[in-house]
Order: sequence, then structure tokens, then C-alpha cells
Amino acid sequence: MSRSVSQSSSRAMLELFRRDLKLAGRNKSEWLNPLLFFIFAAILFPLGIGPDSAILTQIAPGIIWVVALLAALLSLDSMFRSDYEDGSLEQVVLTPHPFSLLILTKISVHWLLTGVPLILLSPLLATFFHLDSGATFILMKTLLLGTPVLSLVGAIGSALTVGLRRGSMLLSLLVLPLYVPVLIFGANAVAASSAGLDIGGHLMIIASLLVLSITLAPLAAAAALRISIG
Amino acid sequence: MFKAITKLASLRNFYFFAGKLIPWFGWPTLILLLVGLYWGLVVAPPDYQQKDSYRIIFIHVPAAWMSLFIYMVMAFSAAASLIWKTKASEVFANSCAPIGAAFTFLALATGSLWGKPMWGTWWEWDARLTSELVLLFLYLGYIALQSAIEDRRTAARATAILAIVGVVNIPIIHFSVEWWFTLHQGPTVTKMGKASMDSSMLIPLLIMAVAFKTYFFTVALMRSRNEILERESHTKWVQEERERL
Repeated sequence: MSRSVSQSSSRAMLELFRRDLKLAGRNKSEWLNPLLFFIFAAILFPLGIGPDSAILTQIAPGIIWVVALLAALLSLDSMFRSDYEDGSLEQVVLTPHPFSLLILTKISVHWLLTGVPLILLSPLLATFFHLDSGATFILMKTLLLGTPVLSLVGAIGSALTVGLRRGSMLLSLLVLPLYVPVLIFGANAVAASSAGLDIGGHLMIIASLLVLSITLAPLAAAAALRISIG
Repeated sequence: MFKAITKLASLRNFYFFAGKLIPWFGWPTLILLLVGLYWGLVVAPPDYQQKDSYRIIFIHVPAAWMSLFIYMVMAFSAAASLIWKTKASEVFANSCAPIGAAFTFLALATGSLWGKPMWGTWWEWDARLTSELVLLFLYLGYIALQSAIEDRRTAARATAILAIVGVVNIPIIHFSVEWWFTLHQGPTVTKMGKASMDSSMLIPLLIMAVAFKTYFFTVALMRSRNEILERESHTKWVQEERERL
């Protein structure tokens, strides 16, 4: 690849990034609803289980992680759908730039709009569940490393189901089993740290999952989108 | 060489080739199953701790091996269909999925039945049971995606990607679950010859494992033949074949 093409590729990525952010700014409900869901769903647990703070503190990391995962799942369906329906995704495929890089751009916009607010909101939920500041900080760290994995892996499922009517139910069936490792290490890091254990290993494993999915997921999602577009 | 493969990969040739192969897998399956079951359930001595309830391993362990083995076969077949666009491997990958799901379910059900007298509970969140459960969901997702897409060729390509993603994830899921918690007894049969198991029990177990493998190939080839007849129902050779049957 000549230098000028690679330069224009990065410009294309930047343009796509701006465009997706602008679109998200015009269509706020698409990414705000999953966030509201994140808060409400987490609040349901204390209501269902009872206000005993000892139990709540113990189950908080698991619940916050599971709810974060479900919120990410809710927002996945819209990741490529509107672009697929109005045909702009086809235009993106037809550009000379590497399709997987452009997909990576779209995924990072998705993470900025769903993952990052989730991380910023997590201290609020941590207060509801009486987590102390140390545990809250670790929760935020695991979410920071883990939520991009949710967007990246979810993009594959979203790409596979984008052409289908009623794809969203299928999407959760495809993606949830793949979320298991992130959930295990994310939620258990918080639990392990409150038990006084070292969590460096947990964080490194989540980080390695992140590196692996950044490398491979855009390729798989790009291939899947090509098939969906046909 | 490559020509021979592409020739075999045409659906018509694969249909007749599979028809020739089926008896070579089917009869050994029948014989090995009878021998393995008789040996395992009647001849093999009872375990000194678990008495007779250990005998479920002659079903459980081969089924658990098959659940992973079939996923690998399915993914390789699916990858081949993505790379060389061979229809025969698409059909074969598709026919693997329900069989694999069935074996995974069998491994889970027998594990649960064994768990009741041994652990005192039907279900324990033990590492290998959990990763087997996740594997079942991977199979179900594959089947669901396949049936959701109407065009067969598109469906085959989409599920192929899912299968490959699944293969990358299976070891990750397995080790993360294993690391998470384990109650399960360590693997008994690790390497040939170094198994912590008496040969009077090991031999019937291995016979059963081979029987399950030949059973899988028999049924997968039969399912492939059915799917080929369905896919190619508009062609002349299928109509001739129908009249012959």
C-alpha cells in the first residue's frame, strides 16, 4: 500500500468517526436508553433481594457486571442496523480503505457511547450497593478494560444478524456465550480484591482478552458484514 | 490432487461417496457399541469407591469428548467451505451441528445423573460442567443462526464465521471457567498408557469412544445425504435417485 492511500485511510477513519458521533448526537435515545436500563435494572436487585448491606456488597460486582453486559447487548442491535438499512454500509464497503479498520472505527464509536458512560455511571451504582471506594475503583478499572471487549465481540454478532428481521433475540443467543470469560474475570477481580487477594493477574487476563479481540474481532465482523450485505 | 477434491466436493459426487462410506462406519458402530456396552456394563469390575454408579462414564466421557471433537470437525468443515467455496463441506458442517448439540446434552445429562449420588446434587457449578453448558449454547446459537437465514449459501457462510469465532473462544472459555472454580475430579484419561484407570475399565471406555466417533460419522453422512437431496431437488439426478429409492 502506498503512503498516500494509508494516509487517506486514516482520514477516512476519522471522517467516519465524526459522522457516527454526529449521528449519535442527533439520535440520543439509541445510546441513552441502554444507560437508563443499566441503572434501573441494577436498582431492581436491592428491591428484590432486600436492603441488607452485607449481602448487597457481596453480590454487587457480579450484578453490576451482568447488568453492564445486558446494557451492552441492548445497544448492539443498533450498531450497524441503520447504516445497513439506508445503504451507507454498502458505500463503506465499496471504499478502497480496509473495511475492517472502518469497522473498528464504528466499534470504537459504539464503545465511546455505551461503554464509557457505563464506566462513569458505575460509581453511582457502587454507592447503591455500599461498595467502598477501593472496590469501586477496581470495578471501574475492570469495566474500563472489559467493556471494549463487549463492544468488539458483540460487533461480530451484530454483523451476522444485521440483515435479519427479529435479529436482536438471536443476537443475544450468539453473543452471550462469548461474553462468559470477560464476565468471570471482571466480576471476580472485584470480589478477589475485597478478599485481600492480588488482582494483577485478573486485570492482565482481561487486558489480553482486549488485545486479542481488538486484533481479531474487526476482521470477523468485517467478513460477517460482507456476507450480510451479500 | 486439488482436482480430485473439487470433484468430490460437488454435491452429486459427495452424495454417492457418502453412500458408499456409510456402511463402513455403520457396521463398526453397531459392533463396537454392543461390545463396549456389554464390556462396560457387565464385564468390567465395579469401582471400589463408586461401586456401580461409575459405569455411567462409559457414556458420559465419550459423549463429552465427542462434544468438543464435533465442534472442531464442524469448524474445519465450515472453514473449508469459506475458503474453497465447496458446497459439500457446507452441507457436512450443517449436519454436524445437531449431532454435536445432542452429544453435549448427553454429556450434561449423564454428568448430572452421576452428580446426584456422588456430589449429592443434580447440578454443581463445576468448571467442566459449566464449560460444557456454554458449549451447548454455542451449538444452539449456530443452529439458530442457520435456521434464521433463508438463503442456504448465505446461511452457510455466516454460520462458518460463527463456528470459527467459536473455535477461537472455546479454549478461552474453558480455561477461564476452569480457573474460576473446580470441583470436578481431575481428568482420568490423560495420555495413552498413563491413565489412572485399570485396563479392565479403560479398554471398554476406549471402545465406546471409537463407537461414538463412527456413530457420528455415520449419522453426519446420512444427514448430509438428506440435505443434498433437499438442496438439489430440482436437478435431474435427484429425481432419478428418488425413483430408484
